[in-house]
Amino acid sequence: MDQVLGNIDLLFQFPVVNVKILMDGLMIGALFAVAAYGLALVWGVMNVKNLAQGDFVIAGGYVSWWLAQKGLPPLLGVPIAFIVLWGVGWVLYKLVISRVIGRDLFTSLLATFGIAIMIAQILNLIFGSDTQSIKLPYDTLYFFDGFVDVPIAKLIGVIMAATLATGVVVFMKKSRMGQAIRATAQDPRAARVMGIDTEKVYAFTFSLNSAICGAAGAIIVMVWLIQPFYGITYSIRSFVIVTAAGLGNLPGVIAAGLGIGALEQYGAHIFGIGYQQAVAVLLLLLVLLVRLAQQRRNRQVLQ
Amino acid sequence: MFQFRKSLTVAAVATTAMIGFSGQASAMDCGEINLGSAISLTGKYATNGIHAKNGYEFAIKKIKEAGGVKVGDKCYNFKVTYYDDESKGDRGATLAERLINQDKIQYMLGPYSSGLTKAIAPVTEKYKIPMVEAEGASRSLFNKGYKYLFAVLSTSEQYLASAVALAAEMAEKNGQKSSDVKVAVAVENDPFSLDIRAGVLDDAKKFGMKVVIDEKLPRDLSDMSAILTKVKLLKPDVLIVSGHSKGAATAVRQIGEMKINAPMVAVTHCEAADVTGKFGKTANDILCSTQWAETLSYKDPIFGTAAEYEKEFKATYSEYAEKKVPYQTAQASAAVYVYKDAFERAGSMDKEKVRDAISATELDTFYGKIKFSEAGNNLAKPMVLRQIQDGKYNVVAPSAFASHKLNWPRKAE
Repeated sequence: MDQVLGNIDLLFQFPVVNVKILMDGLMIGALFAVAAYGLALVWGVMNVKNLAQGDFVIAGGYVSWWLAQKGLPPLLGVPIAFIVLWGVGWVLYKLVISRVIGRDLFTSLLATFGIAIMIAQILNLIFGSDTQSIKLPYDTLYFFDGFVDVPIAKLIGVIMAATLATGVVVFMKKSRMGQAIRATAQDPRAARVMGIDTEKVYAFTFSLNSAICGAAGAIIVMVWLIQPFYGITYSIRSFVIVTAAGLGNLPGVIAAGLGIGALEQYGAHIFGIGYQQAVAVLLLLLVLLVRLAQQRRNRQVLQ
Repeated sequence: MFQFRKSLTVAAVATTAMIGFSGQASAMDCGEINLGSAISLTGKYATNGIHAKNGYEFAIKKIKEAGGVKVGDKCYNFKVTYYDDESKGDRGATLAERLINQDKIQYMLGPYSSGLTKAIAPVTEKYKIPMVEAEGASRSLFNKGYKYLFAVLSTSEQYLASAVALAAEMAEKNGQKSSDVKVAVAVENDPFSLDIRAGVLDDAKKFGMKVVIDEKLPRDLSDMSAILTKVKLLKPDVLIVSGHSKGAATAVRQIGEMKINAPMVAVTHCEAADVTGKFGKTANDILCSTQWAETLSYKDPIFGTAAEYEKEFKATYSEYAEKKVPYQTAQASAAVYVYKDAFERAGSMDKEKVRDAISATELDTFYGKIKFSEAGNNLAKPMVLRQIQDGKYNVVAPSAFASHKLNWPRKAE
């Protein structure tokens, strides 16, 4: 308890700490938001709750890391990871996901959980269980007497994440495929009647999701580090963010992503870093309670 | 099936040979002593599990080349049956049962990690099967009264405790009191790292030091900026981090990014995380604890000196040519050596006699001195602290084995 109070005290004693915590939180949050956006897409369009979300992220990270080992510039790893994971997503869709769409919740959870374990173990067999990261040859910017540090690598990562998110949004709004995806999300039967090949839409959506995750992973390996079994942390956060923001609410997903990033950092500072993830899960619980209360009120109004 | 047939043939040849030249023991007609080990070949401990397995196999090969194990007037070679425990405790315990009940293994070599050893030790204890282990350092393994568990390595509370003593020494050298030293501790919330924390806190208390940060790292750590921010604010004199290779990699990376200038930073698992290769200059002046280093002056008749061990190991396993031979490998080899020595002194294949012989071990090895306490841990070998100096690991403590001087205070790059 003393430690918690001491930590809160530090926040007021050194106000600049808040800037640092917020900066770190927003940078992490941006990447959470990207992965969560992919999940919102798959969940919203196909009603598949993808537990392998985080493992796609880690797989993308390994693609990029492996290329960097082979001497390719690490920044190139982001688009390549996008393309490779697109392929992985497509294959997985054809092999597994296409068979569980339309089945009950439990089937799709089990199937994607199986995929998650497979990916983690395959990565472990190929690359080993050591942690890996890419160190970019860029400097770090310092503000406030060197107290707030912003590695240029992180900045590049955030910019790439933002570009990726914008690209996807524009694509969903403007392109024919984007329109088809949105139509399928609204009502798959009506979409089929209108001549939309929903099977193709599903395959495309799932591949797009895993590609987005792959690119996010390629950014993460430049900024933090990856390990074959780290997928679950990104899966959990994606679920928290999508649940908090609601499906099909893109600004909400981004806001929730940034918010969770910042809140986690505050939680880590005040309660100790061991409770960082607890903060995210606690938040999920709160959101669910609020949602429940809201629904109850609505029902009462309806009655 | 093929294997079975082959072993039948070998047995037949061996029997014929024995009838033919009764008493004339040569390397060709050595018998076999079967050892068993459940070890992590897949899962999160796979890297180190394979290091340990290679260590076992290398030792078996060296012992064979040196004429095998001589029990009475017969000679034997070791053969190990391995199962993959998938880095899971429950799997490890099941496999230990299988080794003992189905494969009739009478002597076990340890798995990788304290957690797995903890899972397997109750099984070997139940069947009274001796287990010499080399990779489980948690001190909680040695307060359960196990009689058949022996560990060649130093227990984990000793890992970084020497860093505290070193910090006190430096403070006094610079005209301060050792009780002025402020300590920051960040360790993972697992049995191994909590032992390290206990050792550090005990020693800090002995010197009357103040512990300003005492935090637990999560299992899936990839960001510890929250702790390092506090380090910046509270300015401890020594920062202790233990969180396996992810802890080492995260700490070194972010210490560089955030320009943390604590005068002393001590970390475990530097080599496993390859901090010099990944982070270059940032890793300079960081202290790393290790069970063993190839520059130490230990030696024995089988493996030669520590340096010779490293050289020959690299020649045998080419995948290690570009990197350091990890201490996990060296201690695994030492565990096999303990068995050889014990069988020879016991002069018998009787399990209880061998157990007593292991317990009475007093052996100088390339890995350090081995002498087991009543509880089964090795008290004769100290932990070593190395400092990364210009990308090289140089031994700086304890002073009896130090080859280089400590760089203090650490310079932030």
